[in-house]
Amino acid sequence: MSSTVAGHFHDHRQQSRANTLGLWIFLATEVLFFGALFAAYLIYRVLYPQAFETAARETEIAIGTLNTALLLTSSASVAMAVKTARLGQRRATMVLLGVTLALGLGFLAAKGFEYHSDLTKHLWPGSADFPLDPPQTRIFWALYWIMTGIHAVHVTAGLGLWAVILTMIARRSFPLESSDKVEIAGLYWHLVDLVWIFLWPILYLVGRS
Amino acid sequence: MSDIPLRDVRLETDPHVGFETSYLGEGFSLWSWLTTTDHKRIAILYLISTTIFFFLGGAAAVLIRLELFTPQGDLLTAEAYNRTFTLHGVIMVWFFLVPVIPTVLGNFLLPLMIGAKDVAFPRLNLFSWYLNIIGGGLAVAAMLAGGVDTGWTFYTPYSTIYSNGHVSLTAIGVFVAGFSTIATGINMIVTVHTLRTNGMRWFRLPLFVWAIYATSLIMLLSTPVLAMVLVLIIAERLFGLGVFNPDLGGDPILFQHLFWFYSHPAVYIMILPGMGVVTEVITCFARRRVFGYQFMVYALLGIAVIGFFVWGHHMFTSGQSMYASLAFSMLSFLVAVPSAIKVFNWTATLYRGQITWEASMIYALGFVGLFTMGGLTGLFLASVPVDIHVHDTYFVVAHFHYIMVGGMVSAFFAGLHFWWPKITGRLYPEFVAQIAAGMMFAGFNLTFFPQFILGNLGMPRRYYAYPPEFQVWHVLSSAGAVILAFAYLLPMAYLLWSLIWGKRAGDNPWDASGLEWQTRSPPPKHNFVEAPFVSEDVYDYHPENAPRGSGADDRRYDDRDIAGEKADAAESGRRHRAAETPPATAQARRASKTREPSDGEGR
Ligand code: HEM
Ligand SMILES: [Cu+2]
Repeated sequence: MSSTVAGHFHDHRQQSRANTLGLWIFLATEVLFFGALFAAYLIYRVLYPQAFETAARETEIAIGTLNTALLLTSSASVAMAVKTARLGQRRATMVLLGVTLALGLGFLAAKGFEYHSDLTKHLWPGSADFPLDPPQTRIFWALYWIMTGIHAVHVTAGLGLWAVILTMIARRSFPLESSDKVEIAGLYWHLVDLVWIFLWPILYLVGRS
Repeated sequence: MSDIPLRDVRLETDPHVGFETSYLGEGFSLWSWLTTTDHKRIAILYLISTTIFFFLGGAAAVLIRLELFTPQGDLLTAEAYNRTFTLHGVIMVWFFLVPVIPTVLGNFLLPLMIGAKDVAFPRLNLFSWYLNIIGGGLAVAAMLAGGVDTGWTFYTPYSTIYSNGHVSLTAIGVFVAGFSTIATGINMIVTVHTLRTNGMRWFRLPLFVWAIYATSLIMLLSTPVLAMVLVLIIAERLFGLGVFNPDLGGDPILFQHLFWFYSHPAVYIMILPGMGVVTEVITCFARRRVFGYQFMVYALLGIAVIGFFVWGHHMFTSGQSMYASLAFSMLSFLVAVPSAIKVFNWTATLYRGQITWEASMIYALGFVGLFTMGGLTGLFLASVPVDIHVHDTYFVVAHFHYIMVGGMVSAFFAGLHFWWPKITGRLYPEFVAQIAAGMMFAGFNLTFFPQFILGNLGMPRRYYAYPPEFQVWHVLSSAGAVILAFAYLLPMAYLLWSLIWGKRAGDNPWDASGLEWQTRSPPPKHNFVEAPFVSEDVYDYHPENAPRGSGADDRRYDDRDIAGEKADAAESGRRHRAAETPPATAQARRASKTREPSDGEGR
């Protein structure tokens, strides 16, 4: 019995099954968490199609698209890291996770830059000099801030997770092949990526056809 | 492992026999409790914290009932009254009723019942307690700082544009507590999936486990939506991002949809665990296997699923389309079907049972009656024409109190009494407990039945003053509340008393079936000394045609060894002995015939 098995599990397989199941369930709750926002978006988009198209034309499509590319690439490197970790290739795993970290940080930086430019255009729906009309454009922008904000929080949490795991691998504090840490964190990261894949069209592509 | 009949050496006072000490003896410092990851100790932490919240919420209820004693508003101002009932609702729903059974009894018993050493994620379990406390602390702080006047439902725009209370802080508190609920849900589901002991098949799970499982499903699928709704409210209040703001074309009704998408399923979070408890108690004290076990399982899951599609019945008068109302009304009638199945099956379980009247049984039977009342009045409310008459009146108040207080709180007390000997190793004084149980039933009905009448006469809910014609009913209700308050304080007193002076309970004082009764009382740190093995069906109680034993006691019946019943007697004697011997060993002996005694035992 390896030392990474907690006392209340029989064996490694059982522990790993529990961890994976737990994470999948957590991801289901995340889907519902964002689901409420998507429902709100859908309803208002159906009610006020014009306003939403007007509002969506103001988002920074270049940055949004760049970010989509960054996040997708980072997901690919995570997928490879899961593979290499299972094979016990320590060096390769570390490099791939480093790439993920860098891409994720790039995403956040671009996002911050985008937020800055939104604010200089007064696209904060609470502000008095919000430039768009009709008033429902503010609902779009409220949803924009909330959705991307919560997503950014998730990205940040994911990066923290990767940083911890990377340090642990560097210090050899757990056996790489038999641990499911990389895989579990990877599942989470894919979900964060997936949410963005939905956010990108509804926030950036709407009204631009 | 040894083959010595352990019964001879199993003395609580003899520390040399190599058994682990009980979980209570693992450490006595406050620190050891606050950092424990043992599911049983965490259950005790929850027991303490939910009791505190219960008394906080209860204090608010006392204020409400005092104010309503007279038609004028003399004790509280209208403002203060609003804040009081909001405090009452928020605390009772999110910090008492939602967590209480899953986190206290569920935490303690679920691993024991499935033969596991702990829940799947012990540290997450502890973390969830801290989240609960932090959330509760924030909510209580908001209440102390001046409170909230929206009611527990936080309807917009009361909670946004027109609010003059500490809505954001309260909402953050509930938000945090929501994650505690989610963590518990994840833990319970993963535990049931992955940690069942050998031979514990899905359809051998006790119905309490099924109930917690179904509850956890609802928790996981609904709570995130509540969390997001609260985020939207907080975002509007703190940052001006008004998604529900009508000035921007936003729709406050959308709030109600999202809120009830959580909160109707949440009312089932507040009742399914109670159903689980009551099933265990009734089957034990009727000495009969649960009638229609599989139906009970499907009914639980059915409620969990259909419960997600009825939320619109809270919005019949909110201006939703007539067709939507009709559909929601239909679906609400549907959800009553599995509830009714459960009531029928409890009744059928009692049929030809050898019923005894232990306190927990009185609570459980009270549950069945009060839940039925609550459910039936729910059907009244689910019919659109009736609801238009009684919506937002005391009829609704009485309806949900019949289920939540009459049902769930009774069930919690039933469970607390039933498993008290297992949790503490002590017996509570039976006679006093029976009196308390009877008082609770009587006091409850006196408090809440008049409210059905009040509601039908037209008394709206959430008002601090009323026309004098209504006074007689309000006085009855307040009088009942006094009895009810005593009925809650009494158990508090004698349960605490029993911790020191109560008789020592055996491992299985009720002669109940189920793995939790086969380990010691109180259980050792890892629950079982050796992993148990399950070879029998669940609820293996007294055979149907056996003669009536005395009390809950099959033992006498064995000793009598009546001619012609030998086969039965031998059968039940075998089961009985298995329960008497420290079962882990008995089980293990049986188990060792069928499998290697390998995995993780005997550490
Ligand atoms: C037989 C199943 C049930 C049906 C058909 C039903 C139906 C209803 C309906 C139609 C209402 C809305 C009344 C109105 O506002 O005009 C309502 C309110 C309520 N019900 Fe039920 N109900 C059922 C079971 C339950 C259960 C099991 C619980 C709790 C454990 C519960 C708790 C509540 C609460 C708390 C409210 C009031 C919410 C508020 O406005 O503050 N109900 N019920
Ligand atoms: Cu409902």
